Amino acid sequence: MGKREIQLRLNGSDRRIEVEDQVLLIELVRSLGLVGTKLSCDTQVCGACTVLLDGRPVSSCTTLAIEADGRAVATIEGLADGTKLHPLQQAFIDRFAFQCGYCTPGMIMAAKALLDERPDPDAAAVRRWMEGNICRCTGYQTIVEAVLDAAGPTRSRP
Amino acid sequence: MVLRRFDVHRATSVAEAVALRQRYGEDAAVYAGGTELLLAMKLGVARWPHLIDIKPIDPLRRIAATKNLLRIGATVTHWELERDPVVAKALPALARLEAGVANIRVRAAGTLAGNLAFAEPHADPPALLVALGARVVLESAAGTRALPVSELITGMYQTALGPDELIVAIEIPLPARDVRMAYVKFQVLERPSVGVAAVATVRDGRFVGAPSVVVGAVDEVPRAVPTAELVGADVRDPRTAEALAQAARAAVDPSDDLAGSADYKRHLVGVFAQRALGSLMAGVA
Repeated sequence: MGKREIQLRLNGSDRRIEVEDQVLLIELVRSLGLVGTKLSCDTQVCGACTVLLDGRPVSSCTTLAIEADGRAVATIEGLADGTKLHPLQQAFIDRFAFQCGYCTPGMIMAAKALLDERPDPDAAAVRRWMEGNICRCTGYQTIVEAVLDAAGPTRSRP
Repeated sequence: MVLRRFDVHRATSVAEAVALRQRYGEDAAVYAGGTELLLAMKLGVARWPHLIDIKPIDPLRRIAATKNLLRIGATVTHWELERDPVVAKALPALARLEAGVANIRVRAAGTLAGNLAFAEPHADPPALLVALGARVVLESAAGTRALPVSELITGMYQTALGPDELIVAIEIPLPARDVRMAYVKFQVLERPSVGVAAVATVRDGRFVGAPSVVVGAVDEVPRAVPTAELVGADVRDPRTAEALAQAARAAVDPSDDLAGSADYKRHLVGVFAQRALGSLMAGVA
C-alpha cells in the first residue's frame, strides 16, 4: 500500500514503473522527461496539462498516476512520426496557431481526442470541444482553423 | 501543487468498499473520478490519509434501463452519460446537461454520483435530478436504502450520507411520453451561476398537474419552485411566464459571491425560469 508498480503503454511503449499513490500523472510523465505536458492552472480549468488516457482527454494535474495502470497514455511527444509532424502539429504551425506555445500541447491533445472520435467536425463542434482549453495570447480563431485543417481537406468549410 | 501522502485502496465489491468505510471512518474518502476530491486535497481544504477507489467495482459502471427506471451506476462518468443512447432518448435534457458540465476533461473523469456526493452548490445535475424525482441508492453495513436527491443534499458540501454509506446508483423514474423537460443555465466560468430545470406534462397547450421547476446553483441546495397555481395554466400565455418567474425569484435566497450579487442572481433566476418554460415548449431540452 502507498506504493505500487503500474504497467502502462506510454506513447506506444510498454512501461513498468513504481509510483506512490499520491503522485499525479503530470508529475510522472514530466519525471520521465516528457516535459511537453505543461502545468498551468492546476485546477482542471485551463487544459495545458491535457493528456489522453485510453484516448480520453484528462487533466494530468488532477489525475493520479496510478490511474494509468493497465491503460494507454498519450502525450504530445507521441504524436510525431520521427521527424514527420502529426497533421495537427503541422496545421498549428501553418496557421500560426500559437505564440508563446505554453497551451499548445494541451490544445493539440484535446483536438486529437476530438478528431479520433469525430473526424469531420464543423467549426461549432471544434469551439465547443475546445472551450475548456484556454489560450491567453494567440486568440482562438487560428486554433479553430488549425483543427479544421487537420480534420482533412474533404471536410466542408463552414 | 503536489499531494500529501495517502494510500489508495482499490475496492472490488460494494461490501469491500463499505468495510473500508467502516474501518477508516473520517480518515477515508470515497474516490472515483477525483475531479472534486483531488482538487480539494491539492488546495489543502481537505485531507484524507486513505482513499477508497470504487472504480474497480464492476456493477457500478453500468447504465441500465427498465421499463420505468433508469439506473446509473456510481462510477458512470458525465462523458458516458453524454453519449449514452438510452439517456439521449429517454431523458434528453439530462444528456444535454451532461454535455455542458464543466469541460471535456472533467466530463471524461468525473462521475454523476461524485458530483452529488460532493454537494458543490454550483453544479448542474442536482436541479434536474430533483425536478425528475431522482433518488440515490445507498449501501452500508446496515443494508440498502434509497433517498431522494432532494434529501441527499443538505447544504453547501453537505449531504445526508452516513459515515459508512456509499452511493451505489442514481435512479431516475422514466417519464411518460408526453412529459417535457428542460435545463437551462447561465454560466461565465467553469460552473453555473444559475440553472433552472423544468419537467412538465403539457396537453393542448396547458399544464397537466403542477410543473416541476427547480432552481440550482443559486442557493446552497436545489430549490423547488412552488407551482401549484400553474396547474392548468396556458403555457404560452405571458402571464404564465411572469407568474413562474415571480415564483422562482421568491423561492431563492441568493447571497453575493463571485457568480454575482444577490439581486443580480435573483433577477437571473426569473429570466432563466422563463427560458426554461420556453425550452419546454420549443421541444428543445
